[in-house]
Amino acid sequence: MIDFIQQTPFLAALGALLLLGLPFGALLGFAAIRFKTEGDPIADQIESLLPQTQCGQCSFPGCRPYAEAIANGEAINKCPPGGEDTIQALADLLDVEVLPLDAEHGEEAIKTVAYIREDECIGCTKCIQACPVDAILGAAKQMHTVIKSECTGCDLCVEPCPVDCIDMLELPTTLQNWSWNLPDANIIASDRQAAPEVGA
Amino acid sequence: MLADYSLLLVGAILVNNFVLVQFLGLCPFMGVSNKLETAIGMSSATTFVLTLASIVSWLTYEWLLLPLGLGYLKTIAFILVIAVVVQFTEMVVRKTSPMLYKVLGVFLPLITTNCAVLGVALININKQHSFLESAFYGFGAALGFSLVLVLFAAMRERLAVADVPEPFKGPAIGMITAGLMSLAFMGFAGLV
Repeated sequence: MIDFIQQTPFLAALGALLLLGLPFGALLGFAAIRFKTEGDPIADQIESLLPQTQCGQCSFPGCRPYAEAIANGEAINKCPPGGEDTIQALADLLDVEVLPLDAEHGEEAIKTVAYIREDECIGCTKCIQACPVDAILGAAKQMHTVIKSECTGCDLCVEPCPVDCIDMLELPTTLQNWSWNLPDANIIASDRQAAPEVGA
Repeated sequence: MLADYSLLLVGAILVNNFVLVQFLGLCPFMGVSNKLETAIGMSSATTFVLTLASIVSWLTYEWLLLPLGLGYLKTIAFILVIAVVVQFTEMVVRKTSPMLYKVLGVFLPLITTNCAVLGVALININKQHSFLESAFYGFGAALGFSLVLVLFAAMRERLAVADVPEPFKGPAIGMITAGLMSLAFMGFAGLV
């Protein structure tokens, strides 16, 4: 048998390539399972940067769909709750230009949290159904309340409330979110007067 | 012994630089040198592929093709080896660094057709390198490729904002820069 193969170069060549191909195929097959990628890892990274308000202001039904859209080339400036910080982080991740926030989708607002005036609440559960992050506790005909640490401040519960007992309160300043006040825009003399015309 | 290997390395990196002296692997050299980070990613992928491919090619040739008297099959066998190594690398990069995978795009599978990779494997056989010499030669070639790719990418990042005359903008000035770099690398001739 071996002699026969050695005397027919055609079979030897075929056998040699087969011998090469088999382990290589096995290796690739193993690697395909070992290094399997599930879902879209880029969309995962983008989603982790979005604020998870699930507010839909970007015109997508939530943060995950918007993350997938960004991964496929959607503009990165459609997230008002995230604001400039999110746009900056996305631009760093994707290595694209920083864009100003798209005003069409709303303006960057101060971070707020929903508050239910509990003695006015009639227990209709409409706000519970509207909440995208399940931050409202309560049952039918029972008073509802907001879990402050879960609320993303997305505003979606305000509209459905039939008795308007939900307020959006600004988050109180704590050591975690306190920051310096920005200085006035016209702080030095040249800011307050127009620049002299060159060559006038 | 040690001197031999270091000479081999220096020779592959500087004197016989695969891109600028032997003009192999110019496609990724021009294609992925627009950004420094991409160039570094491409360099590490190519380094991995080149080193591994030259080792496996040598083993294939010496242990499989030569005993069977099939030396004439070396080109197709090496291409098979390279394709497998590249495919493997692509899977690993895709798992470990999805951003890099997206940025490198088509250039990652195109390492298969990077003639520097096949060139190293064939030169190893032609020069009758030993196993270790092949590994060092492949690694040196990869280092040389990485060196010029990163240097060139750094220059192109500056060229992108430089005041280049209109007709020379874009790839044209890149080609001129590559030519000047090549001239500079020719100066290493005679070092080893």
